[in-house]
Amino acid sequence: MSESQRIIVVGAGHAGGTVVAQLRQAGFPGEIILFGDEPFAPYQRPPLSKAYLAGKEGVEELKLRPDAFYENKGITLRLAVTVEAIDREKKLIRLKGGEEVSYDILILATGSRPRRINLPGIALKGVYELRTLADADGLKSAIQPGKRIALIGGGYIGLEVAASAVILGGTAVVIESQPRVLARVASAPLSEYLEGYHRSKGVEILTNSQVQGLEAGKDGQVIGVKLTDGRYIPCDAAVVCVGGVTSDELARAAGLSCDGGVVVDIDARTADPAIFAIGDVTLRPLPLYDNQMFNLVSVPNALEQAKQATAAILGKPRPKPEVPWFWSHQFDVSLQIAGLPLGADDIVVRGDTSGGEFAVFYLKDARILAVETVNTPVEFMAGKQMIARKTLVSRERLRDPAVEMMDVAA
Amino acid sequence: MVKVTYIDSSGVSRTIEVAPGVSVMQGAKQNDIPEITADCGGLRTCSSCHVYVDPQWMDKLQPMHKIENGLLAFKETRQPNSRLSCQILMTEDLDGLVVRTLPPEPDEDAND
Ligand SMILES: Cc1cc2nc3c(=O)[nH]c(=O)nc-3n(C[C@H](O)[C@H](O)[C@H](O)COP(=O)(O)OP(=O)(O)OC[C@H]3O[C@@H](n4cnc5c(N)ncnc54)[C@H](O)[C@@H]3O)c2cc1C
Repeated sequence: MSESQRIIVVGAGHAGGTVVAQLRQAGFPGEIILFGDEPFAPYQRPPLSKAYLAGKEGVEELKLRPDAFYENKGITLRLAVTVEAIDREKKLIRLKGGEEVSYDILILATGSRPRRINLPGIALKGVYELRTLADADGLKSAIQPGKRIALIGGGYIGLEVAASAVILGGTAVVIESQPRVLARVASAPLSEYLEGYHRSKGVEILTNSQVQGLEAGKDGQVIGVKLTDGRYIPCDAAVVCVGGVTSDELARAAGLSCDGGVVVDIDARTADPAIFAIGDVTLRPLPLYDNQMFNLVSVPNALEQAKQATAAILGKPRPKPEVPWFWSHQFDVSLQIAGLPLGADDIVVRGDTSGGEFAVFYLKDARILAVETVNTPVEFMAGKQMIARKTLVSRERLRDPAVEMMDVAA
Repeated sequence: MVKVTYIDSSGVSRTIEVAPGVSVMQGAKQNDIPEITADCGGLRTCSSCHVYVDPQWMDKLQPMHKIENGLLAFKETRQPNSRLSCQILMTEDLDGLVVRTLPPEPDEDAND
């Protein structure tokens, strides 16, 4: 790559903000322009439901890089600018308002956004979603001592917001349609543990509960949630957190293959050799899982794909196959998950779930496919390593916390 | 304001000033100190902000939480003065603290 070349990154989130820094660090000498439709330079979203929402961290701590970084590194930030189209033939993007900017390499990092559901009352005042800093600031004003907040959806974000609300002296009720929270993304023992823990902290958890609509007060402010079985849950605010959808419209309109995410290869490259995609927006192969395609929504995934794209663009060695991982914090519970459980034939619980320190291993034959850990970072680190190394383990030894993780190999 | 000095793996030393209460990791991020990637942003869940603390400061630090200890236990690069810099909050007592950063690790996960 030469000085006369231009890389354009669309989406100034975690993936976009990371890849521009990595490109410079790896020695790309040309022009880098980062476009983002939010008015902020890249920041971290995970604290939006945790430390930031609970008032323990401010905006400064959210920033991926200090403001001066971009100028110092010769990276042009164009914020509050929406990219509307890609012309692959002319190798240019078109901005809202009509301006066209050409590229040699284009990196799509447009992320994902909350899934919207069509419920009566969804547009009422006091009904929030949580993706951006602006969303978090809005929600923050609604989370206050004595106020009751309803979380529609018992996924990670719902549980995290519930915890933050309680930490701030409010109350929270989580409404989940499935028989348990985190039904699609966690094992039953983990769901059960978290439900118990949240309840012990005063969070109300309603499973098998379907929302019918939101009820308005006189001033158009939400005052409660109606369930399909007739129950009525009064609240001062509600957050809809029922998962996300990938923001792959630009890619789709440009004729790039999309299937619940922009299809990329192991280098984060699309079928168009000049276009890469990274982060939440992608559907990507995982070498450690037979190259099956996954849409991973996590910070580690954004970092990993940024690394892949940087290496491919600059002709550097490909990063080693990674074990996907994810974390969540709720109250003082530190949750870390590595790997993917797809195809597991058994789960093994190590430790005592009632003691608040345990790990759930997903196995296929004698191999660990995934591990969920609660306050046990050693099991996390060891499990992650064993997933990567395809270590064969003994179920009996794995199940016995008296046996060190170093010694569970078969 | 209190001072922290970061010495990177090639020996380059950088001294910055931060407000008390800011972590050594945050200070690094705010001042573009290389080698501290802090992937998780300071939640004590990864270990990409690992540093070696200048031994003379060790007894002035807050004791280690067992989760921090557990994360460090899996680092081949761990030494007696290893800490996660997100867990070191700066105080007046720590004014002048010196830490050494480590080169980014090739993925420890996978075998060669
Ligand atoms: C509340 C919350 C808590 C989370 N907690 C965790 C956690 O604990 N651990 C974890 O690993 N992950 C967590 N995540 C997920 C993590 O934040 C995402 O995986 C990560 O942000 C993905 O980065 P990205 O760059 O792909 O997408 P994003 O960070 O969403 O960035 C995409 C950006 O592109 C912009 N954009 C989209 N289209 C256009 C366009 N046409 N023109 C210009 N700009 C555009 C978007 O507005 C956005 O700013 C959390 C997410 C949320 C919302």
